[in-house]
Amino acid sequence: MNPTPDSPRPSSYLRATLAVAWKDLAAELRSRELLSAMLVFSTLVILIFYFALELDVKARNGITAGALWVTFAFAGTLGLNRSMAIEKDRGCLDGLLLAPVDRSAIYFGKALSNLAFMLIVEIIVLPLYSVMYNINLFNPGLLAVTLLGSIGYTAVGTLLATMSVQTRTRDVLLPILLFPVVIPVLVAAVKASSGYLTGADINEITPWINILIVYNIIFIAVAFMVFDFVVEE
Amino acid sequence: MPSQPRALQLLNILSALLLAAAAIMVFTYAPTEKVMGEVQKVFYFHVATAWVGMLGFIVAAVVAIIYLRTKDLKWDAIGLAAVEISLVFFFVAIFLGSIWARPAWGTWWTWEPRLTTAAILEMVYLAYLLLRQGLEDPERRARFGAVYTILGGLSVPLTFISIRIFRTIHPVIIGTGGSEKMNMEPAMLTTMFFSIFVFSIIFVTLFWHRIRLGQYAEKIEHLKLKLSQ
Repeated sequence: MNPTPDSPRPSSYLRATLAVAWKDLAAELRSRELLSAMLVFSTLVILIFYFALELDVKARNGITAGALWVTFAFAGTLGLNRSMAIEKDRGCLDGLLLAPVDRSAIYFGKALSNLAFMLIVEIIVLPLYSVMYNINLFNPGLLAVTLLGSIGYTAVGTLLATMSVQTRTRDVLLPILLFPVVIPVLVAAVKASSGYLTGADINEITPWINILIVYNIIFIAVAFMVFDFVVEE
Repeated sequence: MPSQPRALQLLNILSALLLAAAAIMVFTYAPTEKVMGEVQKVFYFHVATAWVGMLGFIVAAVVAIIYLRTKDLKWDAIGLAAVEISLVFFFVAIFLGSIWARPAWGTWWTWEPRLTTAAILEMVYLAYLLLRQGLEDPERRARFGAVYTILGGLSVPLTFISIRIFRTIHPVIIGTGGSEKMNMEPAMLTTMFFSIFVFSIIFVTLFWHRIRLGQYAEKIEHLKLKLSQ
């Protein structure tokens, strides 16, 4: 890929980011412990929703978007926790930090792999939900919203997971830290998704898409700026 | 342990006097609202406490940025003080609002943008305190606390906006405003601004006390560390 060893910084930055992400994906391909846990968990949440809310045909249409995002959010914390805990427990994080790359590259690499895990789960959960509840979720708008929402969720989630694994309370702390600050994403994603599912007017959906985009830009920028402070020794 | 500085002692007394004056003003000077009656009087302190909560929220976010730039633990103590005061005052504001909302809107709680945002902000603060509790190293605690305050400071306004949109798209069942100040009596306005002023003074007083407390806590931590070595 790189023509010379001392190639300009951007490409080496990108390479470092992709290397971190690739490392996670390769490890996951071998162990499959993270994805399988997220998937089983998501399926269980969907099943529990059926019993808890008695999702009959009429209730389903109104609630689907909410049920989906609750599932994604919970499964997401599971994945985020695990992905950072692995780094911390085996001392891998220290190793990563010793690497002569910009630290934000590590953040983007981790965020990218977390996003990939979340998207894989969503790609499997969406058809599963469609089949189980006999509702067609294959809607380009819905898929775009899912992507946008997942980006915002993992951007903040990766940063907060890096913090929470370094605390005494660890796994317990992540959802408590994450959910209050990720509410704009959840509100906007649920509203936009249900807008697409019920065939609402595009003018009603646009504000939510805008919020998602603004949130993503702001929080990716902030995470980029503050990640150094979170991994500093 | 040095005693309280003269200015702080003065502020203590001033705060107490002003609070009493504001209470008297609310009950005697401000006219009773025609429709809502006596319960509307809770409004003055409600606005004032919410204002203090807002002040603490902004101070905390600004101080968090200053801390990350300077790495001076003094700023961490100030940030924590601001968060704690804001937490308490927003709680008081929500509580007072509830008292007012019951007769006015017929419900203790409604998913109104301001109310919901205040509740979520309280959650952010509680998460902040839990985060700090889980960290022993004061320097790391300060850093993580500052980062989380900044995240909260950015997401809470977005939360407000998103709930707002949510509310304008869907018709509102119960009146949103309540505190629309368009047609308020001059005496009412004066009382409101006086209350806001009084609570701002109380904010300064409490803030000062809380920062001093933080400094002592830090001193004790140092002493404990010395003892254990």
